[in-house]
Amino acid sequence: MIETRGLCKVFHDKKRGAIRAVDNVSFVCKPGQIYGLLGANGAGKTTTLRMLATILEPTDGTAVVCGHDVVDEPHKVRANVGFLSAATALYPRLTSREMVEYFGRLNGLDEGTLKKRADEIFSRLDMNSFRDRRCDKLSTGMKQKTSIARTLVHDPQVMIFDEPTLGLDIMTARTIIDFIRECRQRGKTVIFSTHVMSEVEKLCDVVGIIESGKLLAEGSLGELRDHYSQYDLEEIFVSVVGPYQGSPEA
Amino acid sequence: MNLAAVAVVYRKELTEWLRDRRTLISTVLVPLLAFPILMVGITALATVMIGNAEKEIPKIMILGGEDSPQLLERLHKLDKLEVVPYAVNWKDQISNKDIRAAVEIPKGFQAALAEGRAQTVNIYFYQGELKSSFGADHLQKAVEEYRDSVIKDRLAAKNLPASVLTPFSIKQENVAPPEKVGGASVGGFIGYAVILLCLTGAMYPAIDLTAGEKERGTIETILSSPISRLDLVIGKFLLVFSASLASAILSVTSMGLSFAFLGHSHLMQSSGEPSLNLNLGFTSVVAVFCMALPLAVLFSAVLMTIALFAKTYKEAQSYLTPLTFLVVIPAVASVMPGVELTPKLALIPVLNTSLVCKEIITGTYHWNSIILIFASTCLYALAAIFLAVKMFQREDVLFRS
Repeated sequence: MIETRGLCKVFHDKKRGAIRAVDNVSFVCKPGQIYGLLGANGAGKTTTLRMLATILEPTDGTAVVCGHDVVDEPHKVRANVGFLSAATALYPRLTSREMVEYFGRLNGLDEGTLKKRADEIFSRLDMNSFRDRRCDKLSTGMKQKTSIARTLVHDPQVMIFDEPTLGLDIMTARTIIDFIRECRQRGKTVIFSTHVMSEVEKLCDVVGIIESGKLLAEGSLGELRDHYSQYDLEEIFVSVVGPYQGSPEA
Repeated sequence: MNLAAVAVVYRKELTEWLRDRRTLISTVLVPLLAFPILMVGITALATVMIGNAEKEIPKIMILGGEDSPQLLERLHKLDKLEVVPYAVNWKDQISNKDIRAAVEIPKGFQAALAEGRAQTVNIYFYQGELKSSFGADHLQKAVEEYRDSVIKDRLAAKNLPASVLTPFSIKQENVAPPEKVGGASVGGFIGYAVILLCLTGAMYPAIDLTAGEKERGTIETILSSPISRLDLVIGKFLLVFSASLASAILSVTSMGLSFAFLGHSHLMQSSGEPSLNLNLGFTSVVAVFCMALPLAVLFSAVLMTIALFAKTYKEAQSYLTPLTFLVVIPAVASVMPGVELTPKLALIPVLNTSLVCKEIITGTYHWNSIILIFASTCLYALAAIFLAVKMFQREDVLFRS
């Protein structure tokens, strides 16, 4: 379960002054549900998810992840979260197996559990053929599988995906989409950011539209269609975001 | 601090470090090979060059001397010199290396000698040119031998013994033990080398583990794991520190082996006596390492802190290059003759360690200074580690755009 309460993040820039990247964002994401955070580049998606993963600290407000506050108990939050983004790269000089084991150890798994868990994940993701190959020698698809294995090794209850398919080819992106779906089937709480409408339509139970750091609309796809009297998600997005486009913080 | 988590980070960083050719070259290969190549190679090259220069019979020119047949005859008889006929452009010929040197015998030299009037014989040569120096030396020796023979004849004419000119002789003799002599010769250099290699050995790992992580995009990956930033920094710091020490240990071992080889070879010996006694005490070398430890900690933490500001490997390199000068300048200053350890200098990092290393190598242990320097450097090192940990907690540094 994820619950954000008035989450804010202000960055300070020498030229632009204070920038409210995330402004009073509140939402709830339940187990067995995929929450899609939809927004244009610079809308505040990544900053929101980084705060949920405790990589960044909120300027104001807070969030509770698996019963732990992101400000007060960041270590416990991270122990319950699997974070995957286009920016979470792999260590090039480690093998796939070493990469997964490293994160297992950082999550405090004992060697026996770690080996069992790693073997299980490698078989499930069909990684045994390249598990001992260095990450810098892997194809993009293999790298993504290794990243997925890395996020799964400690069996987190919450999965955070920040534009996970960005820059990937269709087949590799499909692997990620299938994996996100599988997380929902396993009862995990999933939050997922994207600016690709088709991914939201395919995956999300609840959609939050974010622009200039503000959560402007929220609901299931059906609820949004009814509310904005539009069927096409892109049209809904434009209706919601349009008035805010070109604002100084956008 | 969770030591198990620190150990996990250290183990992973060590695995990656051992697989990185770039850092291995800077930390292992360069320190291991630099000294043998520099010392054995350059000494061998110098020996060959000097040998070749010695084999050559220098061509020299005599200016004047037609009225001084005695000196002229001596010069013509020398096997080690080839006298060429006089030419007006003799200066150009020396500069162009056509001849190696020239000797000018003043007009009426022999007659003036007979009358007991003082004369000056000038020798002209090309300063800094080895073969020209050899030619000039041969000429000098020949003229001096002639002068000695003149003195001998004059003394004989007056029935005086040769000892009238040298009533007593003066001799300088070394009483310091060989370790101290060797230490005084190379002590400053060893301290300087250890300090510099502690820095260069730590530089590439420090960049790789900070700016390198940012550039590769792994910083966000690691920050999403439950490890605390403190444990992460300490794990990384320990690897940089290990690299720094490994580099210094390898370089001093390599230096020691190179010195040992040179000490036993004929390359640096003349008349059977070693020109440089390099018999350094093992205790001294270990003591130098102990003094270098807090400095290696200081370097590792400072390098990591600065490199963390950079977004890329190249940017980090450009930040750290000026730091090398900041370390080299005090290290070089300590090697300068006359720079001695004082209480004030004992508080200046790098310079203090370099100076105390120079003393330790010669077997001199001023415990007050040693404790003061060790403690002050430890304090600086702790402050640097604290700063590095603080930097790793700053979002604007980690995610600088």
